[in-house]
Amino acid sequence: MNDAVVWLTIFVLSVFVGVEVISKVSSTLHTPLMSGANAIHGIILLGAIIVTGTTDNTVAVVVGLVAIVLAAVNMVGGFVVTDRMLQMFVRRKRRPSAGTGPSSGAAGPDGGGAVR
Amino acid sequence: MSATPTWVQLVYLACAVCFILALKGLSGPRTARTGNLIGAAAAVVACAVPFFYLDLLHVPWILGAIVIGTAGGVFGAQRVQMTQMPQMVALFNGVGGGAAALVALLELHELAAPGHDAGWFILAATAFTIFVGSVSFAGSAVTFAKLQELLSSAPLVFPGLAVAFGVALVAGVGLSTQLVLDAAMWVGIVLCLVGLVFGLLLVLPVGGADVPIVISLLNAFTGLTVAAGGYVLDNVVLLVAGTLVGASGTFLTLLMARAMGRSVANILFGALKGGSTLGAGVASDRPVKSANPEDVAIMLGYADRVIIVPGYGLAVAQAQHGLRELVDVLLERGSEVDYAIHPVAGRMPGHMNVLLAEAQVPYEQLKEMDDINGEFKEADVVLVVGANDVVNPAARTSPGAPIYGMPILNVDEARHVVFMKRSMRPGFAGIENELLFEENTTLLFGDAKDSMGKLLNAVKAL
Repeated sequence: MNDAVVWLTIFVLSVFVGVEVISKVSSTLHTPLMSGANAIHGIILLGAIIVTGTTDNTVAVVVGLVAIVLAAVNMVGGFVVTDRMLQMFVRRKRRPSAGTGPSSGAAGPDGGGAVR
Repeated sequence: MSATPTWVQLVYLACAVCFILALKGLSGPRTARTGNLIGAAAAVVACAVPFFYLDLLHVPWILGAIVIGTAGGVFGAQRVQMTQMPQMVALFNGVGGGAAALVALLELHELAAPGHDAGWFILAATAFTIFVGSVSFAGSAVTFAKLQELLSSAPLVFPGLAVAFGVALVAGVGLSTQLVLDAAMWVGIVLCLVGLVFGLLLVLPVGGADVPIVISLLNAFTGLTVAAGGYVLDNVVLLVAGTLVGASGTFLTLLMARAMGRSVANILFGALKGGSTLGAGVASDRPVKSANPEDVAIMLGYADRVIIVPGYGLAVAQAQHGLRELVDVLLERGSEVDYAIHPVAGRMPGHMNVLLAEAQVPYEQLKEMDDINGEFKEADVVLVVGANDVVNPAARTSPGAPIYGMPILNVDEARHVVFMKRSMRPGFAGIENELLFEENTTLLFGDAKDSMGKLLNAVKAL
């Protein structure tokens, strides 16, 4: 197969998977779902890292670093905020134990050093 | 996919699968949190990979930038109030779109280098990423400003807007074509600027109540942008993740538009056509029946069936905790109480569920619109707190109203309706609510938190 066709195949199949996977979502979860999907496209961070790390043009590096900052805000912020919301949904499923405030400190593996 | 080692490709494949699982998980209440964490883990792993197989330059700088972005993201995510969630999502979405556009510009810089002969398909994808990424960035910025009320939430229309919109679109397509024919850096930069203008023009005319749908649409845009970026960069994980978000985001947008009884085209371009009969947003001076908390307490305290309709105003006033207490007291007194949740209650679909979850309202008490709409006839009292548009019968009766056709909660069928309102100002959509002037409607004026406290004490004292 032609390379472009391989990519097109992946694209088309992903479209169907994307629609299929969320087709039964209840409206209760629309906000966290949107926010979670939003975090997933923060993966552009990976692209930003690669382009920045493979150029030696100073202007390009600066632009790339800006892109990295923006993408990291999108990705990390997105996952953390989604987790904060979902925590509340989970908490009330189990018995609401008194005194556990919104202790969203342990927000998952995406907290500090995203890449080490 | 040529020069990439096999193990890297396999890791990327695993990450792509994890993103599918993440979305799958996010669509069910029990699996949602796990789903989100799987997605986060996959994202972190995917971003770590290039450090191990590429001889990356400027590593300290890159790590520094990641730390800054991470700190900013975590800070924002921890600090944001649940009421401000729509703005936050818009903001995160915008920066993601901006990042994608910048990445594509950098890649264009490589492609435009002499001796580099890129295929037209790659260049088309690059143009797409630059343009749509900029649109998403600028559009999200406007959305943020509207929700944060830095800009008026009313549609911003000026003469010639439709023409300007058309010109920007034609310029975008023209420049993209030019970029495919001749990969020049300046074309990319101009295309980026045109994208920014187009993004502004796209969102400015969208009215307040429709802004949430636009967030979802722009989210889908950014997803597709990232997918195209993945193709340009020869990176399968970007392609899959971006496409997943693009497809599911588009689907979600259509789902929400349907819940509001509107088409996406109508939401985006309704104001451009003119003739929008948006209300002036001023308080009416027609007579209404108002009551004090003690009167309302008696109505509630002796009702068998009570339905609560919460709206954004409830959360803004931080009255949701008081409301939960009130409901607990009413339940103890033997009333049957439920919350009726409109699909677009709050400022984002599903927003109200998040806000009530924060106040630890039990899941079972929240009823979706279709489940509870038949029960309003049976209700002795409906307490509407900080909601307006979602109970406005104008959606059924006046074809000229901007919310006409939106399914609403049939509050007008109840025996008594109590509105807790700060003032007579109309809701987010800016139209007057006839229900307020009905015979069986009572208004309880005041700050929702304040009134809720008084109401709670009055009910306890019964």
